[in-house]
Amino acid sequence: MSITVSTARGNALLPEHEMLSGRGALSRRQVMIGAAGLSFAFALLPRTAARAATLAAEAHGPVADRTGKALSPWVSIAPDGTVSIMSPATEMGQGTLTSLPRIIAEELDADWADVRVVPAPPLEKIYGNPGFGGMMYTAGSNAVTSYFTPLRTFGAQVRRVLIDNAARHWDVPVAELATEPGTVVHAKSGRRLTYGEIAGFAALPDKAPEIKPADLKKPSAFRLIGHDVQRVELPTKVNGSATYAIDVQVPGMIYGTVQRAPVEGAAPDAVDDAKAMAVKGVIRVVRLPYGVAVLAETPWAAFEAKEALARTVTWSRSGKAWGFDSDKGLVEFQSAARDLAIKGFDWDKQGDAPAAMDKAASVIDAAYACDYAYHAQMEPLNAIASVSAAGDAAEIWCGTQSQTMAQEAVANVLGIPREKVKLNYYLMGGGFGRRGHRDEEFIIDAVLLAKEAGRPVKVLWQREDDVHNGRFRPLTAHYLRAGLDASGKLVALHHRVAGDRVLPFADPVRYKAAKERDPILMRGVELKSYDIPHQLSEQLYRDTGVRTSPLRGIGFTANKFVIEAFLDEVAQKRGIDPVQFRFELLKDTPRGRAVVEKVAAMADWGRRRDGRELGFAFIDYSGTLVAGIAEVSLHRQSGRIKVHDFWCAIDCGIAVHPDNVAAQTESSIVYGLGLSLSERISIRDGAVQESNFYDYQVPRMDEVPAMHVEIVATDNHPTGVGQMATPLVAPAIAGAVARLTGVRLRHSPFTPERVKQALG
Amino acid sequence: MQTKFNVNGNPVATEAPSHTPLLWVLREDLKLTGTKFGCGTGLCGACMVHIDGKRAYSCQTQMSEVAGRSVTTIEGLSPDSSHPLQKAWLAENVPQCGYCQSGQIMSAADLLQRKPIPTRAEIIDHMTTNICRCGTYQRIVRAIERAAREA
Repeated sequence: MSITVSTARGNALLPEHEMLSGRGALSRRQVMIGAAGLSFAFALLPRTAARAATLAAEAHGPVADRTGKALSPWVSIAPDGTVSIMSPATEMGQGTLTSLPRIIAEELDADWADVRVVPAPPLEKIYGNPGFGGMMYTAGSNAVTSYFTPLRTFGAQVRRVLIDNAARHWDVPVAELATEPGTVVHAKSGRRLTYGEIAGFAALPDKAPEIKPADLKKPSAFRLIGHDVQRVELPTKVNGSATYAIDVQVPGMIYGTVQRAPVEGAAPDAVDDAKAMAVKGVIRVVRLPYGVAVLAETPWAAFEAKEALARTVTWSRSGKAWGFDSDKGLVEFQSAARDLAIKGFDWDKQGDAPAAMDKAASVIDAAYACDYAYHAQMEPLNAIASVSAAGDAAEIWCGTQSQTMAQEAVANVLGIPREKVKLNYYLMGGGFGRRGHRDEEFIIDAVLLAKEAGRPVKVLWQREDDVHNGRFRPLTAHYLRAGLDASGKLVALHHRVAGDRVLPFADPVRYKAAKERDPILMRGVELKSYDIPHQLSEQLYRDTGVRTSPLRGIGFTANKFVIEAFLDEVAQKRGIDPVQFRFELLKDTPRGRAVVEKVAAMADWGRRRDGRELGFAFIDYSGTLVAGIAEVSLHRQSGRIKVHDFWCAIDCGIAVHPDNVAAQTESSIVYGLGLSLSERISIRDGAVQESNFYDYQVPRMDEVPAMHVEIVATDNHPTGVGQMATPLVAPAIAGAVARLTGVRLRHSPFTPERVKQALG
Repeated sequence: MQTKFNVNGNPVATEAPSHTPLLWVLREDLKLTGTKFGCGTGLCGACMVHIDGKRAYSCQTQMSEVAGRSVTTIEGLSPDSSHPLQKAWLAENVPQCGYCQSGQIMSAADLLQRKPIPTRAEIIDHMTTNICRCGTYQRIVRAIERAAREA
C-alpha cells in the first residue's frame, strides 16, 4: 500500500497540481498536517479508490475546495488534543454514531473524552459501507459488521504514525514506545507526548504503515470495545435540542403537503382547488405526476387545504394495484403455495428435498400466512429542498438511511450531476427500513415543489399520509413439508413462499445487481445452522402493485415465524421437547446450542406455570445467533394474548457496545410484539385502509413484557443486533399458545378476532 | 387575531388563526422544536407539553384555548437538563431514536408532580398515552422509578 502525503501549514495549502501529483499509485490515505493538526483520510475500497476519493472530494463543493483544503478525513487530531472522528452511518436510534467512531478510537488508543464525532459527508469512496458495495447506506444491521476491520486498521495506522513521530522526536527506537489513551509514552525516560502535541510537529511518512491483523489489539486488551459508554447524541435527546430533519427551517421557506394517489402509478385526473385556495395562507395548488400538492405559508394552512382538496381529486386508473384486495389476494397466494404443480424459483437448496420427501417414513405439512405491516417510525416523512432558479443545482435537508440514494435520487429527477446536489442529513426519528428506498420519494416531493415554487419548500407528511402511502412488509403465504425418517429424524424440509415482491419495487438497482433475487422477501428461509440434510426453499413471485419495503427483520419476520412455528409442530408430533429438538438440530452449531442453553436456563424452561405457557424460537440472522422464550397467557373470551416475560440470549460475536446490544434487542422484541399481535395493513381496491394509530396499533407500555436480555460473549467478528430478535417473537408466542390451547396460530398477526376464530 | 400566552416563563404573541394547534405555533413560529409532531390526533404523545402545569397534547390544543395561559415545553423543563427525569433518562440510557422522548419526559413530569412516588402500575397506566416505536418502555419505567427515588 502506498500513500500520498500533502502538507499544509495553516491555511497555506499545497497547490492543486502537487496535491494530485503522481507519486506513483495514488494514495489510500491523505495525511494533512499543519497548525490545524493532523488529518487522515482513508478509502475503504482498494486500488484506485484514493484517486476517486480525491476527485469526489473536489466534486462535492461543500466537502472540499479545489486545493483539497477541506478534503474529508476519517480522523483529525488538533493541537489541543481534540480527535475528530467521522461516523459514516446515519443515526436512527441504533447507536452507530457512537459505536463506529469507538472502533477507530480503540485502535488509535484515543482518550474517548477527547473524541468528537462528526457525521461523514457523502463521499462513498472514503466512507462507503463495504457491506453494500461501497454505497453509503445504513441498513441490514450491518454497519458494525462491515466497518469493523477497516476502522480498526485505520485507527492502528494513525496510532503508528503518531508513535513514529514521537520516536523521531525523542530519537529513540519505536519498540521502546507505547501508548496510553491520547498519549505516547517512553517508559525508559519517563517522557510523554500527547497526541495533540505530536500533531503540532509531526512529519509524515511516504507510505502508510502496514498493519497486519496480528498487530491489532487482542480483544482482552480492549478499553472501549466491549465497554459501555453514553451514546454521543443522548444528552440532546432529553432536552429537545436533538435536531431531526422535521425541525429544520431555512430562510424563505414555505410549506408543502401532497395528496398522493391511493395506488402507485396512478395520477391526478380532475382537481377542484377552489376550496383549498380559499384557505388563508395557501399560496398555490400544484399538480404533480403522482398527486396534488398544496404550498402554503404555514403547515396548518397546508394541512387544511389538503383536506379540502382531497375530497375533490379523482385519479386515473393507471397503476397495477387497482382492484387488489389483500384478503382475496392472500387466498390466491395460499392456494399457489400449496399447489406443488406450480413450480417456484429455487431460492435456496441443499441435497434433494423432493426425493428425500418421497422416501421419508412420514411427512408433516402446514400452511402459514403473514400480513402487510407498516414501519410507523415516529417522525413522519419530511424533507426540505431548495432548487436553483436555473434548475441546475439543489440543496436538501432530510433524514435518510442512505446518503448515496438521497443525492442520486435528487440528481436523477432534476437531470443534473450528483455533485450539484448538496445534502444535509440529520438524526432520524426512526427508520426501520422506510428511509432507504432508491427513489427517496419523500425528498423528491420537496424537490419538485421547490422547483415549482422558486423557493425552499419543507414538505410534511401527516401521519395519515405516512400510513396511506406506506411501503410495507410484504403479504406472504407459506406452505411447508417436513420429511422424517423411520427414527423420527428430520431429514427434509420444503418451504414454498408466495409473497409480494419487495426489492424490485424498493430498490430496482440493487435487485438487478442481486441478479433478480429478492433477499428482502426471502432471507430467513435458509437453515444453515440446523442439521437438516435436504432443504428446498421456493419463491412464487407475486407482484400485486402494492408498495412494499424492507421492514425491520425483513424476510425473517415471516419466514422465521413459519419455520420455527412449524418445527414446534414437528417436535409436538414427535412428542419431544422443542428445546431438546433444537439441540438435536444444532448438533454442528455450538454457538447456537450455547444461546439455546442460556435462554432455557434464564427462563427456567422446564418449570410449569399456572395458567401460562412458554414458547421457544431460535434464529441465526446474518451471523448473529439468538434464542427467545415467551411466557404467555390467553384470555379466551376476548382472544387477547398477553406476553408476560420475554427472555432472549444473543451471541453477536464481540459486543462492541454491550448496553446498546441489550437496548437494540429490547427494542427488537417490542417491534416483534407489534408485528405478532396487532399490526396489519389491509388493502381494498389497491388502497390502504388504515390511517393512524387508532387503527394501526403499535405496542404501548401496558402491553410490553418484562424483557430479560443476556449477551453470550464470544470473540467472533461482531455481527448485527438492530433487528435480530424481532423475528423470535411470533413463533415463541405461537408455541406458547399451542401449549396452552392445543391450537396452532398460523396467520400473523394474532389479532383477538383471529385467535377466537382459531379456538373455534 | 393575536393570541398572547406564556411559554417557558416568557410572554409571547402569535397571529396564527385561533384554531391552529399549539404544536405548530411552538415548532414553526417559536422554533421550540423539542415538541414533536407524531400523529396529529392525540394518539402518540410526542407533542406533550404542560399547560398551567398539567400535561396536554399540543396537537389537540387550539390557540384559542391557550390565550392567557402558561405553556411549558421540554426546553423549559429545566435550564440545563437537570430535572431528575432528564438525569434519570440519561442514567438509564433510555432514548434510541429519541423522537418521542420529549413527550415521554413531559408526561412523566406531569405524573411525578402529582404523585412523587408512583407505583409501577401507576407509571404504566399514566404513560400508556405515549408511544415509543423504538420500544424503550422498560427503560422509561426504570428511569421514572429512578427519578422518583433520587428527586
